[in-house]
Amino acid sequence: MQGSRAEWNFCMRFDLRNNRDFLAGLIFVLIGVLAVAVARDYPMGTAMRMGSGYFPAVLGGILILLGAWVLARGIRSGEKVKGEWGWKPLALIALSIVLFGFLMARLGLIPALAAVLFVSAAGGREFRVKEVLVLTALMSVFAVLVLLYLLKMPYPLIAGYLWIS
Amino acid sequence: MDILSNLAFGFGVAFSLQNLAYCFAGVLLGTLIGVLPGIGPLVAIGMLFPLTFTLPPVAALIMLAGIYYGAQYGGSTTSILVNLPGETASAVTCLDGYQMARQGRAGPALAVAALASFFAGCVGTLLIALAGPPLAEWALLFGAAEYFSLMLMALVASAVLTQGDVVKGFCMVVVGLLLGLVGTDVNSGMARYTFGVMELYDGIGFTVIVVGLFAVAEVVSNLASSETREVFTRKIENLMPTQKDIRDSAWPTVRGTAVGSVFGVLPGTGPALSSFVTYMLEKKIAKDPSRFGKGAIEGVAAPEAANNAAAQTNFIPMLTLGIPASAVMALMMGAMIVQGITPGPQVMTQNPELFWGIIASMWIGNLLLVILNLPLVGIWVSLLKVPYRWLFPSIIMFCCIGNYSVNNSAVDVYLCALVGVIGYVLAKLECEPAPLILGYVLGPLMEEYLRRAMLLARGDATVFFTRPLSLAFMIGTVLMLAVMIAPAVRGKRGQA
Repeated sequence: MQGSRAEWNFCMRFDLRNNRDFLAGLIFVLIGVLAVAVARDYPMGTAMRMGSGYFPAVLGGILILLGAWVLARGIRSGEKVKGEWGWKPLALIALSIVLFGFLMARLGLIPALAAVLFVSAAGGREFRVKEVLVLTALMSVFAVLVLLYLLKMPYPLIAGYLWIS
Repeated sequence: MDILSNLAFGFGVAFSLQNLAYCFAGVLLGTLIGVLPGIGPLVAIGMLFPLTFTLPPVAALIMLAGIYYGAQYGGSTTSILVNLPGETASAVTCLDGYQMARQGRAGPALAVAALASFFAGCVGTLLIALAGPPLAEWALLFGAAEYFSLMLMALVASAVLTQGDVVKGFCMVVVGLLLGLVGTDVNSGMARYTFGVMELYDGIGFTVIVVGLFAVAEVVSNLASSETREVFTRKIENLMPTQKDIRDSAWPTVRGTAVGSVFGVLPGTGPALSSFVTYMLEKKIAKDPSRFGKGAIEGVAAPEAANNAAAQTNFIPMLTLGIPASAVMALMMGAMIVQGITPGPQVMTQNPELFWGIIASMWIGNLLLVILNLPLVGIWVSLLKVPYRWLFPSIIMFCCIGNYSVNNSAVDVYLCALVGVIGYVLAKLECEPAPLILGYVLGPLMEEYLRRAMLLARGDATVFFTRPLSLAFMIGTVLMLAVMIAPAVRGKRGQA
C-alpha cells in the first residue's frame, strides 16, 4: 500500500466517482441524450417551418457537446468534489417533501405537516422529539389561522373529519 | 411634463388603500424571509409567489416587488449581524459590516446601509420612470429576429458573468431552456417531454423549479456542511451614525448608486456583481485601502447603494423589452405571464396602471423599508437567534405548502423534491443555478421567436445578421463569447 506519491495522484485522477467536472459533464450529456432521443418522436419540420422537435433536438445536441467538453476537462484536471456529500440530509429532506404531497392529498393538512416536520428534522444534526412536537403544534396553529382562515385555502385539517369553511 | 403626470398617475394607483397594504405586506414578509440566513430574494419570491395568485395583477406585482427589495434589505441586515450573508448580493457587505458590528457599531452600520439603500432606491426609481418610455418605444421596432438575438445575448451574458465556471453556466442555460419546453407546444398543440404525466401538460411550474433548486438544495447544503454561524447577539444601541459616518459615506453612496444603476440594466449581471464591483472601486480610490475589511463604513454604504440601485434598474429591461436581466426578474416575468400579462413594450400602453403603479410602489416600498426596519431591527436580531434546527423544517414545510397550493396537486410537490435532489447534486458539482432559471423562463419565448423569424425569412438564417438591430445584438453576443474564450486560450498557452 506504500505507493509513491505520483502513483497515488494517478489513481486519484482516474477515480471518477468523486470527480467534480466528470460527474457534472456526465449529467449534462445524459440530459442531452434524453432530450434528443425523445425529440426524435416529434415532427422535425424544416428550418423554415420548424416542427415541435426542431428546437429541443438542437438544444439537446448543444448540451451533449458542451457536456462532453466539461466531462473531458474533468478527466484531465481530476479536480474532486469539495467537502462531503450530505446523502443523509438529502434523502430525508426529499422523503419529507414526498410524504407531504402523499399525505396532503389523502389524510389532510395536519398529518402532512407533522410528517414533513418530523422527517426533515431527522435530517438535521440534532433531533429532539420534544422540540419537533412543539414546532408541529405551533405550525398547525399557524396553518389554521393563516392558511385556512386568512387565505381561505380549501384544505381539510384531517381528511374526512375536520373541515373548516 | 409628461413624466410628472405619469408618476402622479402611478402614485394614484399605488396609494390606493389595497395596493398600499400589499406593498406593506410584501416588504414586511420579504424582510422577514430575507433575514433568514441562506434565503435570498429568489427563494422568498418563489415561496410567496402562490400567495399572490388570487390578487389582481397590479396588487400581485406590487407585492412581489415589495418582497424582492424587502428580501434584499433583509439580506444586508443578516450580513451585518451574522458573518453569513442571506444571499450573494450582500456577500460583500459582510466584509466590513460584520467588522463594524464586532466593534460595537452595528447600529450605525445598519442605519448607513438603510439610508444608502434608500437613496439608491430613489435614484433607481427615477431612472426607470425616465428610461422606460423611450426604451419601450424603441422596442416597438423589434421584430422576431431582434427578440431572438436579444434573448440570446441575455442568456450568453448570464452564463459568462456567472460566478462559477462559464461552460457549466452554458450547460445550465441549455438545461433551463429544455425544462421550459416541457408541456404543450403552443404551435402544434403537441405535448412534449410529459412522459405521460397529465400534470406536466401545462409545463413544470416555476415555483417547483425555484423552490427545489434554491430553497431545498440550500437547506440540504447547510445541513451537510459543518460550518457554524456566529451570530452577533449583543443588544444594538444607538442606531444614529455620527456626522463623520455620514460625511464618509456620502460619496461612496453616490458612486455605488451610479455603478449599480448601470449594472442593473445589463442582462445577466444584477445586484450581486454590482456590489462587488463598487467595493473594489472604493477600495481602489480610498486614501487608505488597508481600512477595508476592518470596518470601513464606505465598505457598507457603497455596495448597499449599488445592490439596491441595481435591484431597481433590473426592472427596466423586463418592463420595457420583456427580457429579464437576472434570475429574480425572470421570476417576476413568470409572475406577469401567470397573471395574463405579456411582458414587453406593450405593457406601458396597454396596462399603464400596472407600469406606473409598480414604479410608484417601488419608491413607497423603499420608504417603508427605512421607516419599518430601523425600529424593527430588534425583531430581526431575535429571529437570527432562532436555532437552525427549528428553522429548516419550517422552511421545508412552507416550500411544500407553497408548491401544493399552486395547483392543489401532489405531483408538483413530488417534482419539487426531485428538482431539489438534482439541484443539490448540481450545486455540489459547482454548477450555478441562476442561468438555468433565465433559460427556463426564456425557453418557450425563444423558440417562438426563432420559429417566427425563420418563417418570415423563408428559412434563411442570415436574417439574424442582416437586420441592423439584430446584428448589433449578435455582435454583443460574440464579443461576450470572445471575452470568455480569450483568457482560456491564454491560460493554455501559459501552461504549454
